[in-house]
Amino acid sequence: MATQHSRSAARLMMAPAVILLLGWMLVPLIMTLMFSFKKYLPLRGGDLGWIGFDNYVRFVTSSAFWPSVVATLAIVGGVLAITVVFGVLLALLLNQPMWGQGIVRILVIAPFFVMPTVSALVWKNMFMDPVNGLFAHLWKFFGAAPIEWLSQASLQSIVMIVSWQWLPFATLILLTAIQSLDSEQLEAAEMDGAPPLKRFSYIILPHLGRAITVVVLIQTIFLLAVFAEIFVTTGGAFGTRTLTYLIYQRVLESQNVGLGSAGGVYAIILANIVAIFLMRAVGKNLDA
Amino acid sequence: MGQIKLNQVTKSFGDVEVIPPLDLTIEDGEFAVFVGPSGCGKSTLLRMIAGLEDLTSGSVEIDGTDATTTPPAKRGLAMVFQSYALYPHMSVRKNIAFPMRMAGVDQAEQDRRIKAAAEALNLTDYLDRRPGQLSGGQRQRVAIGRAIVREPSAFLFDEPLSNLDAALRVGMRLEICEMHDRLKTTMIYVTHDQVEAMTMADKIVVLQAGVIEQVGSPLELYHKPRNVFVAGFIGSPKMNLISGAEAEKHGARTIGIRPEHIDVTGDSGLWQGVVGVAEHLGSDTFFHIHNTGLAETITVRAPGEVSFDNGDVIHLSPRLDQLHRFDAQGLRIE
Ligand SMILES: Nc1ncnc2c1ncn2[C@@H]1O[C@H](COP(=O)(O)OP(=O)(O)OP(=O)(O)O)[C@@H](O)[C@H]1O
Ligand SMILES: [Mg+2]
Repeated sequence: MATQHSRSAARLMMAPAVILLLGWMLVPLIMTLMFSFKKYLPLRGGDLGWIGFDNYVRFVTSSAFWPSVVATLAIVGGVLAITVVFGVLLALLLNQPMWGQGIVRILVIAPFFVMPTVSALVWKNMFMDPVNGLFAHLWKFFGAAPIEWLSQASLQSIVMIVSWQWLPFATLILLTAIQSLDSEQLEAAEMDGAPPLKRFSYIILPHLGRAITVVVLIQTIFLLAVFAEIFVTTGGAFGTRTLTYLIYQRVLESQNVGLGSAGGVYAIILANIVAIFLMRAVGKNLDA
Repeated sequence: MGQIKLNQVTKSFGDVEVIPPLDLTIEDGEFAVFVGPSGCGKSTLLRMIAGLEDLTSGSVEIDGTDATTTPPAKRGLAMVFQSYALYPHMSVRKNIAFPMRMAGVDQAEQDRRIKAAAEALNLTDYLDRRPGQLSGGQRQRVAIGRAIVREPSAFLFDEPLSNLDAALRVGMRLEICEMHDRLKTTMIYVTHDQVEAMTMADKIVVLQAGVIEQVGSPLELYHKPRNVFVAGFIGSPKMNLISGAEAEKHGARTIGIRPEHIDVTGDSGLWQGVVGVAEHLGSDTFFHIHNTGLAETITVRAPGEVSFDNGDVIHLSPRLDQLHRFDAQGLRIE
């Protein structure tokens, strides 16, 4: 569609944006890579020279590494399971014609607009506080001893908070997918003798397959980086130290930039593996 | 088995009454076609028979038993949708097997019926493909296959051929007719194409705004349209409808004469006019004639090649024994 001339003009005009984006991305990336091969302790002597792969080895052999991987997977897996299951159910519900549909839809979407720090603080102080929290009152009302959510069920609490934030996203994507289902297909299945549950499993669920994949992959990328919710609630204690949080502690609490950078590089590799799957799934979605 | 009877059936969407009270009986083994202009309630009526749409009042009887509140799956009817409504993530085989799977038919019987249907519909080579990998005509066949294997007491078709090109449509039309001759099952077929209606039906039901205008065999409708609407709707090209002084002469408010019942000559005739457009089809020639003083245009169908051209003066002789006369209410005068 373009001539040689207009194509080179287009390249020229795109160049500033591309260069800016590249710089934005490449400079921190290269610095992280550089620091990861150095012994760099800002408050204890600063740059102490190149040390090869020592940081990489130390990061994975430290006693905190595997627990942090397990915590990360538990949070990502837990949130994914909750958001997909409840997302599908909510999408089915919101797709029914009902009174006040518009308002209900907005209410369902609302949590997505609340900043992670704010929502975590609200959950921590309003719901999960063992003395004044709503849950504590609820438990007391039924005569049970209030749970100290953030210490006794710390991982579950964080999964709950993060799920609450991401449920709207999953619901929204799945709702649009359900709305794109041809109603004649459901009617055909009804005439073919499929009761509601079978219509769900044979027609609706396969139709949602792609959308669920996309939800899972996009959420995974963001959930790997969950930070604020942990920072303002448990501060990484009680088994909630994820990979991201570990990197943060290495760099800022232990003031070991080299070690933290090595962890950062591991995280980049992990995120890219997920991204490749995401590209494939989304690409397929666009082809079909 | 497959007699369908509608008693005083009505349907309203909110305040809008789409179907005023309506009675209709479709006999076992009959090929009934619902025909009418767009939005007249054909699909609604079919969906009410299928059970996909609730009746506002009245009752539906299938084989003499009341089925008004029976769920769609229990009515023993199979439906073929305009959009085919195939299940896109299942292979053709699975699509066809789906109703049998839901009914718990055993595997050997399923295979036997799938094989029979695939052979009858020329689908054997495509059984392992997905619907997305088929042409429109093949998809249509799969949809029909899915209906056949249920061995229903009646088939319901909602404009099944309207997404196909003209050549394929003629082919599928024949196939559906042959299928009906073979299975002898009741079929109800919705279309807005009156050629489909004329060629396929044992019984045509002409609808307008939810009201049945006439029920009858194709030739009954052609020779004895009950009113002006049916007269104008059935037949292609359309019947010429003339009102005014010429109609008064025959003691009617409106008279109708089909294009094929007017003879044309160059020198003498009852009426005369100027040729507007002449359409030469080879087998026939259609003339659209202006300035006759009778109606806007008069359409004439002359067999074979007739050489009149735009602007020629032409003389018309209607065959008076084929004239249809209608009164002030638009009803036929015998
Ligand atoms: N769900 C609905 N809610 C409100 N009105 C409806 C609904 N479905 C159909 N109608 C109305 O009922 C009338 C009949 O619709 P129907 O689909 O039966 O027409 P049709 O004869 O099948 O037309 P076509 O040949 O275009 O398919 C139309 O005027 C339509 O607007
Ligand atoms: Mg219709």
